[in-house]
Amino acid sequence: MTDEGQRPPGRAAALTAAVAWVGERAIAGVEAFLGVVSLGGSVARWMVRPPFRLENLFAQFDFVGVGSVLIVALTGLFTGMVFATQSWSAFERFGAESLVGPTVAITITRELAPVLSALMITMRAGSATCTELGTMRVTEQVDALETMAVSPVQYLLVPRVLAGLLMGPLLAMLFDTAGIFGGFAVAVLIKGLSVGTFLLRTQDIVGPDDVTEGLVKSAVFGLVVMLIACYRGYYASGGAKGVGQATTNAMVTSAVSVFILDYLLGLLFH
Amino acid sequence: MAERIPMISVRDLYKSFGEHQVLTGVDLDVEEGTTCVILGGSGSGKTVLMKHIIGLLKPDRGQVFVEGEDVVPLDDLELERVRRKFGMVFQGAALFDSMTVYENVSFPLREHSKLAESEIRKRVLDKLAIVGLHDVAEKYPAELSGGMRKRVGLARAIVRDPKIVLYDEPTTGLDPITTDYVDEMILTAKEKLGVTSLVISHDVASSFKVADQIAFLSDGKIVAHAPPAQLRASTHPVVKLFLSTWFGKN
Ligand SMILES: Nc1ncnc2c1ncn2[C@@H]1O[C@H](COP(=O)(O)OP(=O)(O)OP(=O)(O)O)[C@@H](O)[C@H]1O
Ligand SMILES: [Mg+2]
Repeated sequence: MTDEGQRPPGRAAALTAAVAWVGERAIAGVEAFLGVVSLGGSVARWMVRPPFRLENLFAQFDFVGVGSVLIVALTGLFTGMVFATQSWSAFERFGAESLVGPTVAITITRELAPVLSALMITMRAGSATCTELGTMRVTEQVDALETMAVSPVQYLLVPRVLAGLLMGPLLAMLFDTAGIFGGFAVAVLIKGLSVGTFLLRTQDIVGPDDVTEGLVKSAVFGLVVMLIACYRGYYASGGAKGVGQATTNAMVTSAVSVFILDYLLGLLFH
Repeated sequence: MAERIPMISVRDLYKSFGEHQVLTGVDLDVEEGTTCVILGGSGSGKTVLMKHIIGLLKPDRGQVFVEGEDVVPLDDLELERVRRKFGMVFQGAALFDSMTVYENVSFPLREHSKLAESEIRKRVLDKLAIVGLHDVAEKYPAELSGGMRKRVGLARAIVRDPKIVLYDEPTTGLDPITTDYVDEMILTAKEKLGVTSLVISHDVASSFKVADQIAFLSDGKIVAHAPPAQLRASTHPVVKLFLSTWFGKN
């Protein structure tokens, strides 16, 4: 490495650059992880301290939860329909069409509902949250709150993070309902499976554990994606460009975190 | 009481951003019930100094006392207690853009008092009138001009009648008549309520009008600190240059 400067940029230089790039990414990743965890800690501390601003909280429930109803229901419906169509054509080969109901129901409640509804929350509420907080940061509105002796963590972040935690499972349940209905529509209404078979087989095989797994996952995902959006926005800097970057970052980190956590939580349940 | 504790006292304050040394040993005292104006070139660190006083920034070194209490080591919760003594006007107004003017100005009252709505309304409209604003209460900040936003920021800072008001360029961008209004407001607050004010300004004329003391920030230090009349006699080259740009024209 000593005569690095004299050599024309070749394979070694490219390799060094690649290693440096990976190193930088890794350090940034660890930093962000610790940052999110510590922000989560301070959100938790401010959450239990009065005053409790219910109005802000309900505004966020409305924004994160009610506002996502349509998109989650649609995603759920079509996911269920697509899944039923595909599994029908597979099961048909060995005459196991009656298993379409439980297959769709299990996959949706355990996996697809939590993951896809978390991604919808990220896209809709997470991006808006990150941009809004970032803009407030770079225009000194966050500082202004602080000078007025109001904790921005308590005033701005607590309701948003709580909304993620509580609306995540509710939206996942909606996704479950819409998805299973989508599966029902394809199997029964289109393919002609009998209503009784669909319902009985589904009831037989799908248990409360499947639903619990889905709800726990979606609570964790909702919490994490909103926390990441808050973290990126709250610490944004560098004007409009910085806010844009923060939002891009928040979207990518949230989506990747959901998939990683989905795997880890899956290990916990099985 | 032989010796009064200054309302604000800054001791040997250092702050740098990366390599960039902004404050290099600032000392400043502001006595209770007086108005101190900070003059200094653009980028000299006036805003940074003010943000240290209210705890928005932590120094690399040095102390900031508010009524004798060192605020540098305080955590968020303790700072909240200290900040209740303050009102601050931001250079860029920093209004909450999701709220109307009325909601902005009433915000500190709602957060820190249990006043009836009618009383809140009265106080808010009162303060808006003081800064010369009428019929804008239901507008959003985005619908206002820069000068109007600044005045809403002023109203918001004084709505709770705080003990100490920090003004970061309260009159920059205002027309001469409104500037006069704001100057009068700072004077009245001092005379009637005993408010302590720290004002960052570029406007030498209004500084000389409102200030009991003028502090001149240059090269990261307070290079001159004197009542206005004496400051004109300062021999410090930067101070002389700065003042001559204004007095020279008259
Ligand atoms: N958050 C920050 N990060 C990095 N540098 C900063 C930050 N805040 C201020 N600075 C730098 O500190 C210096 C002083 O800034 P400050 O805003 O205090 O200037 P000022 O005296 O208020 O100027 P003006 O009269 O133009 O408002 C500037 O050079 C600025 O670049
Ligand atoms: Mg400034």
